[in-house]
This record gives sequence, C-alpha cells and structure tokens, in this order.
Amino acid sequence: MQHTATEGHAKRSASRVGLAAMPARAAIFAVAAGPVAAAERQLLVQAAVLMLFVVVPVIVLTPWVAWRFRRRNRRSAYRPGWDFSRVLEVLIWGVPALLVAFLAVRVWTQSRALDPYRAIDAGQASAAAPLDVQVVGLDWKWLFIYPDQHIATLNTLVLPVGRAVHLHLTSDTVMESLLVPRLAGQIYAMPGMITQLWLRADRPGDFVGENTQYNGSGFAQQKFVVHAVDAGDFNRWIGKVRADGDVLDARRYRELARRGVPAAPERFGQVDADLFGRIVAKYHASAQVRASTMASRATGRTNDAH
Amino acid sequence: MRIEALAGPWLGRLSLSALPTDSPVAMGAALVAVLGVLGVAGYITGKGKWRYLWREWFTSVDHKRIGIMYVVLALVMLARAVIEALVMRLQQADAVNRSGFISAEHFGQLFSTHGSIMIFFMAMPFLTGVINYVMPLQIGARDVSFPVLNSISLMLTAAGAALVMISLVLAPFSTGGWSGYAPFTELRFSPGVGVDYWIWAVTLSSIGSTLTGINFAVTIYKKRAPGMHLFRMPLFCWTALCTSILMIFAMPALTVATALLALDRYLGMHFFTSGGGGNMMVYANLFWLFGHPEVYIVVLPSFGVFSELFSTFSAKKLYGYTSLVLATMTIAVLSFTVWLHHFFTMGQSANINAAFGIATMLIGIPTGVKVYDWILTMFRGRVRFTTPLLWGLAFLVTFVIGGLSGILLAIPPVDFLVHNTTFLVAHFHNMLIPGTLFGMIAAYQFWFPKAFGFRLEERWGRVAFGCWVIGFYLAFMPLYVLGLEGMPRRSAEVFDEAFRPWLLVAAGGAVLIVLGMAALAMQLAMSIRHRDRNRVRAGDPWDGRSLEWSTSSPPPEYNFAKLPAVQGRDAFWTMKRSGRAYPPLERYAPIMLPENSAIGPLLGALGLATAFGLVWRIGWMAGLGTAGVLVAVIGWSFVRRPGRTVDERQVERTETRWHAVLVAAVPVSREHECDPRNRGLADVAA
Repeated sequence: MQHTATEGHAKRSASRVGLAAMPARAAIFAVAAGPVAAAERQLLVQAAVLMLFVVVPVIVLTPWVAWRFRRRNRRSAYRPGWDFSRVLEVLIWGVPALLVAFLAVRVWTQSRALDPYRAIDAGQASAAAPLDVQVVGLDWKWLFIYPDQHIATLNTLVLPVGRAVHLHLTSDTVMESLLVPRLAGQIYAMPGMITQLWLRADRPGDFVGENTQYNGSGFAQQKFVVHAVDAGDFNRWIGKVRADGDVLDARRYRELARRGVPAAPERFGQVDADLFGRIVAKYHASAQVRASTMASRATGRTNDAH
Repeated sequence: MRIEALAGPWLGRLSLSALPTDSPVAMGAALVAVLGVLGVAGYITGKGKWRYLWREWFTSVDHKRIGIMYVVLALVMLARAVIEALVMRLQQADAVNRSGFISAEHFGQLFSTHGSIMIFFMAMPFLTGVINYVMPLQIGARDVSFPVLNSISLMLTAAGAALVMISLVLAPFSTGGWSGYAPFTELRFSPGVGVDYWIWAVTLSSIGSTLTGINFAVTIYKKRAPGMHLFRMPLFCWTALCTSILMIFAMPALTVATALLALDRYLGMHFFTSGGGGNMMVYANLFWLFGHPEVYIVVLPSFGVFSELFSTFSAKKLYGYTSLVLATMTIAVLSFTVWLHHFFTMGQSANINAAFGIATMLIGIPTGVKVYDWILTMFRGRVRFTTPLLWGLAFLVTFVIGGLSGILLAIPPVDFLVHNTTFLVAHFHNMLIPGTLFGMIAAYQFWFPKAFGFRLEERWGRVAFGCWVIGFYLAFMPLYVLGLEGMPRRSAEVFDEAFRPWLLVAAGGAVLIVLGMAALAMQLAMSIRHRDRNRVRAGDPWDGRSLEWSTSSPPPEYNFAKLPAVQGRDAFWTMKRSGRAYPPLERYAPIMLPENSAIGPLLGALGLATAFGLVWRIGWMAGLGTAGVLVAVIGWSFVRRPGRTVDERQVERTETRWHAVLVAAVPVSREHECDPRNRGLADVAA
C-alpha cells in the first residue's frame, strides 16, 4: 500500500464515501493488477496503435494538402475536373478494410477469450479452487456475500492474491455496473437476474471499485475498496470476521437495502445461507414461475441461476 | 397554503413548491429564462411586430422560413445546453473530495437536460433547419412536398423544447440522462414529474422528426427539377435523403420506448419494471435501436455540408462522388445493425458481442473513405481559407481522433474497461462536436448570405472558430485520460486528488467554448450592423456549384421563376462556365404556392398543453389538449385550400429587380471573396 502523500486526502475523502481509506489512483493509466485487466489494456493499446495507421495520415495530410494547394500558391497544379482515380479508390477502401479485417479477427478471438463469464485458471491443475463471491448492488453501496465462508461485507471486498474469483452479481434496485479498473472490466448488475465476472489479483494492494451506471444522487459516492491480500492473511481475515462480525439476517438486510450512503464499511460474521437467492427471487412472481424461468434462463446467459 | 389547496384539483400536482427555490443556481437559471422570455415578448410588443411574426413566420409554410425558425430554435437551445455543460465542468473541478457548489440531484438534472437538449432540441432542429432551407433549392424545387406538415413538425419540436424550458421554472427535470434507462426512470425510483417532462418532450420531438423524415424523403424523390437525376444531386441532398430514411425507421422505436415507459408510469403497467414480469433490458434494446441510427441522423447531414464546402472552397469537383454516395448509403444501412454495442456489458454471450463489435467496425470503413475523399477533393484544387472551410479542416483532424476511440469502444473487452466512464463521454463528444456541430456551424456560416443577403463577418467567425476548437481539445482530451483511469461519467463528486488537474483543464476548455458561443453571437451582431458592407444580393458569394446559388439572396418566395433544366453534376458551376447561369428576362407564368396555415402553431400549442397536463397530472388540460388535437386534425382535413397564386406581373417585377442588381454588380475574383467588393457575382473568367 502506498501510504504517502495521498494519505491526507484519503482521510478527508473517507468521510464523504464512508470508507476507511480510498486508495489513490495516482499514476495515470495505472498498471493492471490482474490478468484480466492486463489483457484488456493490452488489447486497447494494440488496437490504438494499429488505428494510428489510418488516423495519423489524416492529421498530417489535411493541413499539408490544404496549405500546399492554397489559392495563392500558383506553382501547384490545378485540376478542377479531376475527381476519380482507380488506384486511390482501391487504396482508400482497401487499407481501412484490411485493418478492420485484422481487427475483426482479434475481436472475435478476444471477445471469447475475455468473456467475463469464462472461468480463468480452468484446466490448471495447480490452481486453487476459485473463490465464489455474490455481489448485490444496492442504493448506493455494494454488498459482498462469501457463500462458502458464510460471511459478508459492505463496501469492502477482500480477495486472496493469485486465486481466481468468480463474482455472481445481482441488484436489489436499478441497474448498476461493477468496475474495478485495475482488476477487470465491468459487468452490469440487474434485479432478478444474475450476471458473472471472473477476475484475479496478481499482486497485493488496495484498489478502487465503483458503480459506473448512474442510479441517483448517491451515485458518485458508491465506491468501495478491494483489498488483495495473500492467502494466509485472507484466511486470518475470514476467521476474524466470523468471530466479531455482525449478524446479517432478513431484518438487517432490509435496513441495508434502504437508500443511502453508508457511513463506514461493515462486516458480517453470520449470513443467511440463501440470502442471495431470495434477493434474486424477489423479482419473480412465484416460486413456480421462478423455477420455470430459472430453468429456461439456464440456457440464456444473462440470467443463469447459480 | 390555502391557494395551493384551492388550486389542487385544478392544477393537479402543480404547486408553488415546483419553483426551484432550494438552489440559488437553479433559481438563477429560472430567473434568466423568465426574464429572457419577458424581454423578447416585451421587445416584440414594443415594436408592434406580433402580427408580422404571426403572418410572415409562425403561420408560414415556406420551407425557407421554416428552416430559419428551426435554426433559431437550435441556437437558443445550444446556448442553454452549453452553459449547462460549463456548470457541470465547473462542478466536477470544484467537487474533488467535497460536495461542490451544486447538489447531486441538480447535477443529475443538468446532465439529463444537457444531453436531451443537445440531441433532440439542438442537433435535430439544426440539421432539419439546414436541410429545410437548402435541399429544395439544391434540387430545383419550389417547396417541400408537404409544406403544412413541415410547419406542424416544426411546431411539435418547438413544443417539446418549450416543455424543457418550462421545466427550468416549474422543476424538476429528469435525472435519468438523455437515454432515460429503465428501471431508474420507473415510478418506483423516480416518483417525481421529472421523467414525465423528459418523456413528453422527447415524444413531441420524435413525432415531429418522423414527419420531417417522410416529408424530406418524398420531396427528394418527387420534386427534383427536370434533369436532376439522383446521381446528379449535390452530395448534401444525398445525405439529407439518407438521414430522412433513418428518421422514418428509427424515430418510431423511440416513440414506442417512451410510450411504453409512460404506460408503466401512468397506468401501472410492467414493460420495463424490475419485477411484475417487466424486463429493463428491453428498454435498452428499444432505445438504442433508435439511438444508434440517431447518431448517423445527426452526423450525415454534416458530412453533406463538408462535401459542399471542400468542393466549393477548393474550386474543384468533389472527389469520388459515387464513392461518397455509396459510403453514405452503407453507413445508413449498417447503422441499424450495431445498437447492441451500447451495452456489451449486459451479460450476453461473447459471440453476440463479437458480432456487434465487428459490425460496428465495418462502419469505420466507409467513414474512413469519406475522410480521404474530402482530402483528395482539396488535392490539386485552389483552397481558400474562409471561415466555413476552417471548420471543415478542424472537423477532419478532430473527427478521426474520435474515430480511433470509437474503434476501441467497438472491441468488447476494451469496452468493459472504459464503458460508462468519461472515456465514453470524450468519445461521443469527439464525434458529435466536430461531426455534427462544426458541420452545422459551418453550414450556418456558408448559407447565411444566401438566406439573408449579406455575409457574416470573417474576423469574429475566426475568433469563434479558435475558441471552439481549442476549447474542444482542452475540454475533452483530459476526459479520455480520466476515463482510462476509471472515472465514471455523471459523477457529481470526485474522490481522487490526481484527477483535479485534468478536471481543471477540462473546465478551462468549457470556458473557452462558452467564449466561442459569445463570439458567434458577436459575429451575428456585428454582421447585422455592417450588413451594407457585406451585401451579396446577386446571390453567389462563394462561386457556388449547386442551384441554390443561382437565385438572388435571399431567394424569392417561389425560389425559381422557371424551374432550372439540369444537365449534370455541379449544375450552377457548369452553367456559369458556359454562360447560361443567368437567363435573360422573359414572359413568366403565374406560380402556385401553398397558403399560410395556422394549423402548425395550433397543433404545437395543443401538443404542449397536452404534455404539460400529463406531466403535472392536470386532467382537464391533457384531455382538452388531446381532444383539441383530434378536432383540429380532422377539421383541417375538410378545409379546401386551393393555394395562392403569385401572378406573372409580380414574378416579372421581382425578377427585373434582381436583374438590375446583377447588372450593377461587378464580377469579383476569389481574391476579393471576403471583402466588400464581393456583391455576390462571381468572376468565372479566371
């Protein structure tokens, strides 16, 4: 963690966001801290460089041609009737077409490779089992449920370094979008549906997480901190939360779900086992309907039930 | 309190608490709006001009007058939306680790009105106005196919704009953004009247635009002068045609989306609600099924304008005419195949995302072709750096940067990173400001002398140009950086000290853009004051190439005493070079023109009343408004309107007067294009 000059403002901002400390994003275009964000950024840079082959000539040629053929420059040729050249025609259609063809192949392969629903680390024998986290978007805060550890946190996400994380997202209000710029791109969270996002932190550190989909006056304050810690620290943290965290039952959840920006992050050592399922099911008319929609949606991705 | 209680049943939910008294900034804005309206109304009353305005303008069905009214509406709304942009930029620069000078709620209204106005009440009226004015003249027609419908479209759009202006005083407006995403805009999450303002303002404008699209397309198909084949049309007419087709097919999707949202809100239905069987994803699909073609609706006419500019100010044929037509058509068709790229992040399969990403990139090909066609148009030409051309050059250089970021956003995994951030905001402003606004401002500078008979001052035009272009780069390049860092768009507050310098630069850019607006106003004022110096009544100040320049400036109400016979592209340019540009006086035939009609303003007023009644749940007003619309439309269809004849003597008088101007004018070489010697008669010998 970089507790340097940013420490002061982090404390100040904490009161407005209700966080212990907001990590600064100091460096511009800060480096990725995980494989997903790294691959996405690499793709961004590659495509941008490739596009320069079309863009730079325009930026150079436009002023140059305009100036070279200015009216006062009588030394340059004037062909008022010239309006077609087969060679140029092939070039100006061909070069962009080739670029797009190349990019199209990249889009096809990379969209699949970086599909947020695609398990990372799959097939690696050495990899630890992925950590499942259920995410609930609320107004204006994020609730994270660790189903296997039976704990939950509000506005803090603690992750073990080097282990794949499988997020299952829903919303108990309007549409929201979860983004941790240094770990992975975003995915929407929508009521009554479950979306997924895989990510992994490859280095310890504190990273900003946020909602990017406007959802009312507390929107800008809907931030949280991702703490990536090593496996030992993660397990100790689980134990600590279990020991001294609050109880998250239906009543407490109703309080959390009310509109508002929380004063501070919270930790829950006991969580109702099917809380996440009930939040999703709330938006489906009856248990019967729910079963049938879940079944039909198991094939569709956006809503596939966990 | 008692007054409000009494008023209750008559005024629905409306009460004094609608005044935005809680915020000094909002109150100030409301005050400026009210004083502005009172000031203008007072001035008109003082000058005794109401009758003149009603007879000559509001009830006019002349495409030229309607075009001018559209552009005036666009400029007024542009002024408001630019100021809102400045307030938002100042807020973000101020609100780093503190709450800033306006509330989050107010900030939400600002980005919603800014976006809605810029698209529906700035870009759309601007391009509709320019097409209205120019297209019939370019194809050698006397008016559009349905002149009265044209007036109705204008008045419906104006009613929508008026509703947005009213929301400044009787607040609040929606905080749902210009796209109004459900379920945030559903009653459960946005219980106030704000979303209703948005729904009805947008609905009025979308109906107006659908009718406009039909009107323009039919005009281009049916009203071209003899010999004006489709492939002889100036490129601007081609882009007008493509835009019209897009309007016809895209606008109804929006009308349906807002109508279904209204059913949810007013009648408790569940199209887009969370729960109750609703599906919010359907809203996103419907909205962008309109929203993406909309991008091309607002950008294509500018492409047409630039095609005219580069050719005219290079004194050279447009390079690759056929290529440009094909590219325009390709863009129009492809624009319906890419809407999903607005929500790559909604969780559909990678294959679907990839397909839409590739479709999006395909649009880059014809767009790239266009850019190179324009550069090649200048190649081996004789380029004159007039103000309209400067906007064109700035457009080329700036637009390709937006194209680059557009290609990046079309790659789904890249989009995951920067979607919903200021990178996206930078991207679409990078397309729409050069692509739409620069084109429209250039069009305004280029055709102003045609419409009013005098040129705009070059010097203030250049000042405005400098402010806008530099302001644009300062305001939006930092947003790319901030977006890459993950700063969400629509943030009323910012929590990262490192963002502050970038936000300050962006705010500085916004200040420059506002100065650019002021310079445009100054240019207009100075040009009116010195109009005698800049008169170009002979009609052809730029050595123009298409038929609109073959008329006097301003053109007579019937446009052409005799419909021109067209023998090829660049019709007027060829006529000038072969000495057939100004046919001698002869015997004229009487000309039939449509009569003025009050049905347009009437429907606009009734539409506004209906919408206002619906917003505030004032049943009688909404009911009477709706009934009024029905009665007016049905009643009007029974009225026989034979039209009005301009008799041959009157035509002859007008034409004789113009010929006197032509004879008196000294042909001017391009050397003196921008000085008082230019009286609108081009010297074609050189």
